[in-house]
Amino acid sequence: MAENKLPNMSENILEMIDITKTFPGVKALDSVNLKVKKGEIHALVGENGAGKSTLMSVLSGIYPYGSYTGDILFEGSICNFKDIKESEKKGIVIIHQELALSPYMSIAENIFLGNEQSNKGIIDWNKTHSEAKKFIDLVGLKENHNTLVRDIGVGKQQLVEIAKALSKDVKLLILDEPTAALNDDDSEHLLNLLMKINKEKGISCIIISHKLNEVTKIADQITVIRDGRTIETLVKHVDEISEARIIRGMVGRDLTDRFPKRTPNIGEVRFEVKNWTVYDPMDETRKRIDNVNFNVKRGEIVGIAGLMGSGRTELAMSIFGKAYGKHITGELYKDGEQLIVKDVRQAIQKGLAYVTEDRKTAGLVLIEDIKKNVTLSNLQKISNWHVVNQNKELVVAEEYRGKLNIKSSSIHQKTGNLSGGNQQKVVLSKWIFSEPEILILDEPTRGIDVGAKYEIYTIIQNLANEGKSVIVISSELPEILGVCDRVYVMNEGKIVGEMGRSEATQESIMACILQSSS
Amino acid sequence: MDRIKNIFKQNMKQYSMLIALIVIMAMFQILTGGILLKPINVSRLIFQNSYILILAIGMLLCILTGGNIDLSVGSIVAFVSALSALFSVTFGLPVWVSIPLGLLAGLVAGMWQGFWIAYVRIPPFIVTLAGMLLFRGINNIILGGQTVLLPEAYTVISSGVIPDFLGGSSNIHVTTLVIGVAFAIMYCVISFIIRKDKMKYDFEVATSSFFIAKLVAVSLIIVLFAYWLALANGLPFILILLGVLILIYSFLTNKTVVGRHIYAMGGNQKAAALSGIKTKRILFWVYANMGLLAAVAGIVFAGRLNSASPTAGDGFELDAIAACFIGGASATGGVGTIMGAIIGGFIMGILNNGMSIMGISVFWQQIVKGLVLLAAIAFDVYSKYKTKTAH
Repeated sequence: MAENKLPNMSENILEMIDITKTFPGVKALDSVNLKVKKGEIHALVGENGAGKSTLMSVLSGIYPYGSYTGDILFEGSICNFKDIKESEKKGIVIIHQELALSPYMSIAENIFLGNEQSNKGIIDWNKTHSEAKKFIDLVGLKENHNTLVRDIGVGKQQLVEIAKALSKDVKLLILDEPTAALNDDDSEHLLNLLMKINKEKGISCIIISHKLNEVTKIADQITVIRDGRTIETLVKHVDEISEARIIRGMVGRDLTDRFPKRTPNIGEVRFEVKNWTVYDPMDETRKRIDNVNFNVKRGEIVGIAGLMGSGRTELAMSIFGKAYGKHITGELYKDGEQLIVKDVRQAIQKGLAYVTEDRKTAGLVLIEDIKKNVTLSNLQKISNWHVVNQNKELVVAEEYRGKLNIKSSSIHQKTGNLSGGNQQKVVLSKWIFSEPEILILDEPTRGIDVGAKYEIYTIIQNLANEGKSVIVISSELPEILGVCDRVYVMNEGKIVGEMGRSEATQESIMACILQSSS
Repeated sequence: MDRIKNIFKQNMKQYSMLIALIVIMAMFQILTGGILLKPINVSRLIFQNSYILILAIGMLLCILTGGNIDLSVGSIVAFVSALSALFSVTFGLPVWVSIPLGLLAGLVAGMWQGFWIAYVRIPPFIVTLAGMLLFRGINNIILGGQTVLLPEAYTVISSGVIPDFLGGSSNIHVTTLVIGVAFAIMYCVISFIIRKDKMKYDFEVATSSFFIAKLVAVSLIIVLFAYWLALANGLPFILILLGVLILIYSFLTNKTVVGRHIYAMGGNQKAAALSGIKTKRILFWVYANMGLLAAVAGIVFAGRLNSASPTAGDGFELDAIAACFIGGASATGGVGTIMGAIIGGFIMGILNNGMSIMGISVFWQQIVKGLVLLAAIAFDVYSKYKTKTAH
């Protein structure tokens, strides 16, 4: 390596050069560069939505050649992957956050899923089992190869995924948040395993992680991505590698004029959540929300910051008429009086509104038009004896179309044909029309362009100025800092911090999350 | 002109089904040498298809909630017709008791299925498949596998016509004609009221010449239809029943909060639930309603055969489902109209009737019907694909 005698290609197993990927209205990746050396562990860090997962989807062929611009060089040759099969053939294997295992099949069957050990189309079970055992031992999994995947924990399932990757003769292993759902012991084991296969088998790894302590521990190089751009690559033993240094790279950007000016007029406490605990509806032993306490005041915008999977959506939905979770305990108070809400309709009647994080799957009826979506949660208001007054409905829909500036051909346009920003305005109209006092907005600007974001922020501020209490859940820290008067930080189902507007910074919030991570 | 084009575009699917119906009618009118639209055959078409149309109304609601179907309706038809025999023949109850009891039984059967579907969350396909076996079995137990004759009153419901109070000459049913004219006038009056209400809100309305032209055209069709029936035996009771059901359920789906909730649920169940719509309760009542309408169809069908038989209603569920899909209902829910399902039912009915008149074998009839159903859905999928790619 001294005189740089070797050509570049033998040193870098992977080079992604000037990768640009646009979605309608959004530039997800903007000339991103990533170079991974042969045999190293390369960490990819950045905030939610920075473009890490998009970049890996480009690499693995999920976004096929032609849907992006730029070049991918793998082992020195240009690759134009049309699908994930082609990239796997070359030895690039990606393990997603949501595991791709079939729960009712055995560990052995899962290891060879799509790569069955067969002879002329007939499965060779002896070979399957003996080969599977080898990989099971290799990854240190202490389970029988016949055990069903649904019967083992997430940590072990993660190991099955790695065994599956190893069975495919992997050269570059990509792991997307591999330890997000694991406890300490399992995380430790997984990281050790990664270092082991990296050293012994010479497999290169790309690891995407929010847990910076892990990243600093195992990575040889760290590439920081922000807003779809490569910011910097930190090299072990050359650059300073510390959590604070990485955070600075992740969040450093200016916030001028992205948010409307606000002069808050905050009153007394309006809504309180006390000792709120919720269990997972699928796995009733798993606590998703753990003894959460918080409050919102009249005219206040409160932010809930946290990483994806920290339980923010679960918290909001469990409050909103128990739309999520089992064995919910704790109390809700509105204006000092206890609030009993058994279902979503009661929650709406008692003045709560919840704008879902995913407007397409849970917010709108996409095949119906604007007017029918706007009135959906409060049809009674325009009905006599359960008969909808459709003339009144037209008036209401026109009113909101004007007030929230919904750009559309008419109120008869199907919401499925609107842009993201305008869809979100329809959802907001629906909830404003339900006349709530407390609004919970979950990722209100996700996938929306900057101009529409500003309009949404203005709507949020106007709601607060009218005396409503607003809770904003967001993964984008600048957004939280730009619109909220007070911030709660959530991690692993708990509230781990509370900050006023003046104390909250991206660094302090990030630090709060990272310090509380187990 | 642009507006008319726009309206046409928006309702393309419904109009296209109506046009398909007219084309098929015209085709068979020629192929059968004018027999199809003879007054007596028009009257027969109504009698033959009434029970399928009643089932299609209920089925449409099930489909709207999310592409859910009810496979048990044919068996519930059989179940209710067997109960009719049990109540009115074996127990000797008067008809005015046995008919409400039959309806009640259908409602209970529907609630039974609604319970499993909505609250135990068993897929409708499975629950109603079980119901299909279950209610067919009960029918056989009640009837002991025999066909039982029913009292005459049942026949009147399904095959009777209203008496001609106004006497008149022997070959024309005057009362029918008068009712037709009254109906046309009623239509005009209601249209005027709706138009006035819209103008009160300053909404755009059609020009008065266009409006009047439409009123005249529709009124003419109504009166002509009444005249046609008057030339046959007169207005069938069953048509009155069918008309009332169509009106009630069209109103329910178009104008009421419940109707709106049904469509919203089919369009996006998650979004509907998070908007405070009680999706389970809706699912329960939609299936309960299907049971009730199946009971209505069961009584009508029993009356038509003048008997309760072990094979009654065999395969009706498939005809009803096909009627909805041919009539433009979406296989994933949220899209479809009562009128569409009725038109779909008539398309099926005219295919049956027309081919029978032509003497085409039953086997070929099935092939044609199968192909028509497939073509209708293919058209639906294709037009959806087209509107998606247009944006």
